[in-house]
Amino acid sequence: MRPLDALAKVCGDVRPGEPAEGVLGVEPALVAAPKNLAEAADVMRVAAEKGLAVVPRGAETRLDWGTPPERCDLLVDTHRLDGLIEHAAGDLVAKAEAGLPMERLGEELAERGQRLALDVPLPGSTVGGTIATGAAGPLRSLYGTPRNLVIGLTIVRADGQVARSGGKVVKNVAGYDLGRLFCGSYGTLGLIVDATFRLHPVPAATAYVTCAVSGPEDAHDAVQTVLHSPVAASAVEYLSPGTVAVFLEGVPDGVAARARQTAELLGENAEVAETAPDGWGRYPDGTTLIDVNAPPPALRDLLTMLGPEAAATWSGSGHGHVGLPAGSSPDDVADVLGRLRDALARHRGGAVVRYAPEEVRGGIDVWGPIPALALMRRVKDQFDPDHRLSPGRFVGGI
Amino acid sequence: MEPRLTALGLRLEALVGADWVITDPVRLRTYDCDGLTNHRATPGVVVLPDTAEQVAAVVRECAAAGVPYVARGSGTGLSGGALPRTDGVLIVTSRMRRILEIDIPGQRAVVEPGVINLDVTRAVRPYGYYFAPDPSSQQICSVGGNVAENSGGAHCLKYGFTAHHVLACEVVTPDGELAELSADAPGYDLLGVFVGAEGTLGITTKITVRLTRVPETVQTLLAAFDSIEAGGAAVSAIIGAGVVPAAIEMMDALSIEAAEAAVRCEYPPGAGSVLIVELDGPEPEVAAQFADVERLCRDAGAFEIRIAADDEERALIWKGRKSAFAAVGRISPAYLVQDGVIPRTALPQVLARIDALSAESGVRVANVFHAGDGNLHPLVLFDDAEAGAEERAEAVSGAILDLCIEHGGSITGEHGVGVDKSRYMPRMFTETDLDTMQMVRCGFDPAGLCNPGKVFPTPRLCGEVPGVRKGPHPYEGKADLF
Repeated sequence: MRPLDALAKVCGDVRPGEPAEGVLGVEPALVAAPKNLAEAADVMRVAAEKGLAVVPRGAETRLDWGTPPERCDLLVDTHRLDGLIEHAAGDLVAKAEAGLPMERLGEELAERGQRLALDVPLPGSTVGGTIATGAAGPLRSLYGTPRNLVIGLTIVRADGQVARSGGKVVKNVAGYDLGRLFCGSYGTLGLIVDATFRLHPVPAATAYVTCAVSGPEDAHDAVQTVLHSPVAASAVEYLSPGTVAVFLEGVPDGVAARARQTAELLGENAEVAETAPDGWGRYPDGTTLIDVNAPPPALRDLLTMLGPEAAATWSGSGHGHVGLPAGSSPDDVADVLGRLRDALARHRGGAVVRYAPEEVRGGIDVWGPIPALALMRRVKDQFDPDHRLSPGRFVGGI
Repeated sequence: MEPRLTALGLRLEALVGADWVITDPVRLRTYDCDGLTNHRATPGVVVLPDTAEQVAAVVRECAAAGVPYVARGSGTGLSGGALPRTDGVLIVTSRMRRILEIDIPGQRAVVEPGVINLDVTRAVRPYGYYFAPDPSSQQICSVGGNVAENSGGAHCLKYGFTAHHVLACEVVTPDGELAELSADAPGYDLLGVFVGAEGTLGITTKITVRLTRVPETVQTLLAAFDSIEAGGAAVSAIIGAGVVPAAIEMMDALSIEAAEAAVRCEYPPGAGSVLIVELDGPEPEVAAQFADVERLCRDAGAFEIRIAADDEERALIWKGRKSAFAAVGRISPAYLVQDGVIPRTALPQVLARIDALSAESGVRVANVFHAGDGNLHPLVLFDDAEAGAEERAEAVSGAILDLCIEHGGSITGEHGVGVDKSRYMPRMFTETDLDTMQMVRCGFDPAGLCNPGKVFPTPRLCGEVPGVRKGPHPYEGKADLF
């Protein structure tokens, strides 16, 4: 039986792929959109039987991240897996399917005064894609990234078997935490079908305190002053071309007092605002996006190296993004990337290219040095011995 | 001793020095258990390396000899995760106690695995920082052990577990190689799965921990209720109001009685339950929320509320709770400590069922729990001099775990699976779930020599002979292009 027919027997939505659906230019032969866990498992089982290379797809907001797949016989589209399975408000826990858009999840949780404490830097992105890419924004300073908030995960393995880890309670050390392993795994270990999250209450009040900074030293001082103060900011961000912004959450009286305190710390040009400053929680402009990380004091070297014109954000947690403009040549990008890596390596940090135009991507080292790559390969070999899951999408050709 | 172990012991002496290898049967017995004392096994050889390179060399010797090995920090674990192998080597990290680096601007510190949890906090407290995970054993437990067990503590309700406070680990892999696992480096988050793997994926030799700013203020109250249900209702009301306390702890009448007998904590007489609620953070936040908490406790029927005016009074409030486990020894010759988790909202039903179990079996159960996150520590009391009493207590303890699973909870919230609970794992996970978890283990340790027999009831066959690989690697020509 042809793969298309075999898939159509187990899944209600199967069709040939279209040129526009290419994953970094690699056109899928087939697209299947399972509507529930059972269909997802059947699709993966048929893919295994037919030896199909599988790439999962959510809302395509980060499908251009990473490196192109070596092949893509089957796109598994999660848009029909879009349910909020459970919101146990009393337990501050929710279970959502992979294809559910993050904003819709947020709206449903907000009806009962709760939220998943993750920013959504790219509108439309899904639960599954957020986990698969480990995406987070300014709130990571306080709440962490998906790895800190996923408490249970259901996946379909390369062989079509369904496996779960974790559960629906926050405090749980029974067995290995595969949830953390799957965060940021780019679809190379299995198909994420649903996830259970730890939630937080929506704060009663919030405020932003912003302040203009002039140059790397000033930016560094402002960030350090807030980090080591007792104001307990939920996020501290540097936003190019020269703003440090602090996000506060809490009860109304508390936030008002802390906002005043923060403004005093930041000096006379600090301002308190109810709304976020421009660029907050978004990736910087540009056609190449570089993810950077290092301990917080690396900000000074980072900005010195980049110069005042560069589009960049930096979180007090020690993570940031650099955007490079359209028209940058592969050599330009490679040069910036090399200097970034040198500057950050002094702080034991690194830089990874998230997306870049095709001609640039081909001429640069997207990932940089990868410690423990041999171990990663061995783990990959166990989960996907035939290398059919997003082959080539991840570090070291995984 | 087996000739194989004798020969290995000699090679280990050559690596670390004869003073740091123990083969004398009497001295070996010191290490025959961890904090879970009803499981004992005298290790074949004990070795105390001083450096990461020595740990790696020891592991390489074990791997070459095909001898299993177990890492041990301070030996305070409560699930037998560091239970030695009689046919193996116990690698003790207690000499590796150096704090290597303190980076306040970067809010992190680098420590060796044998460093005591509280010593990290002591070292950084002068700068206004602390290490957040606070297991009850924090005065003696090691950071390496915290990493293995993903330790929590009373305050993990707000601050999370060890996994959230470890940024990177240098580890010795079961191949005897040193590798750096980091949450921020590109590639799989191997650190995320290493933390909490109970020492089955390798041995950590250097840990970069995140430091947390000491909160501006801390407020603690003790509320006494007539019944456990009323206390539970207060917990639900506090969480429902959107408050995230640093800790919410609860004790029932029997555990209060025990604490009273042991440390005279002078909790309000006649209480069916007491609740300890602690808030921390910026002064104006805590002040506002603390008033809410007090009101919610009264609304739920608290007949007495005590508010700690200072650190001394706070310590007094915590004294009863912190002594509860040991205190139970005053009212019972022996007891089992259980560590189950339930969704917080199931607390009233589960406690009622535990009561019923206790009444049916005649086995007394004292309840102490981290109420905020539904982590129960029922203490199952028995008289070890009485025939069959331990078995009856075990049966009740197991039935409590079944209750936790039935309500969608977990068989362990912080003590780990170890040897103690591996037999319960199939009640919580399917065979495929367990098989999938063990794929990670097969990736790290195909020979199955690193802390074998823990966590999983049956080992997975890794389907590949460890060691020599023949033929080209499947990635050859495709990878390392850059």
